[in-house]
Amino acid sequence: MIDWVLGWVNTLLQGVMLGGLYALFATGLSLIFGVMRLVNLAHGDLIVLAAFVVLVLMRTLGLDPFLATLAAMPLLFAFGYVLQHALVNRTLGRDLLPPLLVTFGLSIIIQHGLQEAFSANDQRLNAGAIEVASVQLGGGLAVGTIQLVILASAVGVILALNLLFYRTELGRAFRATSDDPEIAQLMGIDNRHIFSLAMAVAMVVIAVSGLYLGMHASFNPTIGPARLLYAFEAVIIGGLGSFWGTLAGGVIIGVAQMVGAKINPEWQHLAGHVVFLAVLVLRPRGLFPRAGD
Amino acid sequence: MALLQAHRLTAFYGDFQALYGIDLQLNAGETLAIIGANGAGKSTFLKTITGSLPAAAESVVFDGRPIGGLQVAEIVRLGISLVPEGRRLFTSLSVEENLKIGAYGRRDAGYWSLARVYDLFPALAERRGAPSQTLSGGEQQMAAIGRALMSNPRVLLCDEISLGLAPIVIRNIYAALPEIKANGASVILVEQDIVQALQVADRVYCFQEGRLALTGRPGELSREAIHTAYFGT
Repeated sequence: MIDWVLGWVNTLLQGVMLGGLYALFATGLSLIFGVMRLVNLAHGDLIVLAAFVVLVLMRTLGLDPFLATLAAMPLLFAFGYVLQHALVNRTLGRDLLPPLLVTFGLSIIIQHGLQEAFSANDQRLNAGAIEVASVQLGGGLAVGTIQLVILASAVGVILALNLLFYRTELGRAFRATSDDPEIAQLMGIDNRHIFSLAMAVAMVVIAVSGLYLGMHASFNPTIGPARLLYAFEAVIIGGLGSFWGTLAGGVIIGVAQMVGAKINPEWQHLAGHVVFLAVLVLRPRGLFPRAGD
Repeated sequence: MALLQAHRLTAFYGDFQALYGIDLQLNAGETLAIIGANGAGKSTFLKTITGSLPAAAESVVFDGRPIGGLQVAEIVRLGISLVPEGRRLFTSLSVEENLKIGAYGRRDAGYWSLARVYDLFPALAERRGAPSQTLSGGEQQMAAIGRALMSNPRVLLCDEISLGLAPIVIRNIYAALPEIKANGASVILVEQDIVQALQVADRVYCFQEGRLALTGRPGELSREAIHTAYFGT
């Protein structure tokens, strides 16, 4: 009996840990959607791209993955600003289709560009000893140190974004532009600049996502769209525009996948999608919808 | 001294022409009222001034400088601020955050600050932390005016600020006008409430179907002239 209980506690624990990773994937997507109402279909591929940038910096500068990610952040911040400024801003308007098509095209370009540059082989971001370290929780339960670091990073990223959004002038401008772009301009806010900054900040979050994507498991240029799917489900479950909701959404999908896998290993991904659909039916606006949405 | 001038100003929504060559002048320290029936082009006129609708460069001159066709955000920074029709407060921002965002594009300190807006509208001070949606209509209108004042505008454009409000609330809001004018703002009021507009305005412009139908000082205009200009025939 006690083994049975511990087995399930362990499953839930692993699910929460996995949820931390999904929440990280989802936070960048949530930020972009929250500020400019854009579903970035290239989000998963941008995470993979970030992982490759970290990989290249590790190889060329001889850095460990964490330092390489720190070095990648300013590069990706600048890349995000330019990407939004030069490309995505031109597609935003009343019609919802152009940004979807352009980010879909971007997704394909990134996948094939990365294959051209790095081949389709699996890669990893090797972090050394931390990868096999674990923390004993008593009762035979243990979680991987790296899993704990990922979950803590997800919470840290969301805390930082909440500070940015609710305690700074830039955050106020982000929220005002999201509420009513037309009136935001009447406040002297340059929407296109604000959108470009939002994408730049999202790329910093994506850098962290890419780091843990490559540390948690192997990756290759084609796995982006599946990350997008988990991220999208986490955002919808949490409620659009709420970062804590996104964390909850990630954890719910992680737990559902682990529970599904425990019942039958083939059900892992199915279970996540079923829970997503169930939330969509019961709470179409998500669990923590923002006022006014 | 002309602070803001419209010169043969036209405006279009696609193929539909909404303004047919409006000439208008706002002098420093003045309060103008623009009156007219629904669809006369009053709000359209304000939108061309703020840059939300395109205008030829020379057709809007502010402080001697052509500003037609500039970006909306640039025009605000020059010192023209709009209180939009229907208040349009930011729903996910608190009352105080709505006021603070009004100062977003401001370069230098001026008369208006959070404290001075709260002095002008004490009701807002009590609700400063509240979500903007929980305010009454009158309080929302005060917040929208306060938000526009936070940029320390030299021209304050007010679009239908009495719409949907009780007479006593309208009186409270109009009571703030002298202090707003005393501290550096010239005002253009767009109103459907003619009585209210004639009471506070130095001069009145009456629009009819995108054209200027009548202009003058309130005391010099007869009821019949206004009636004709307002409704046509």
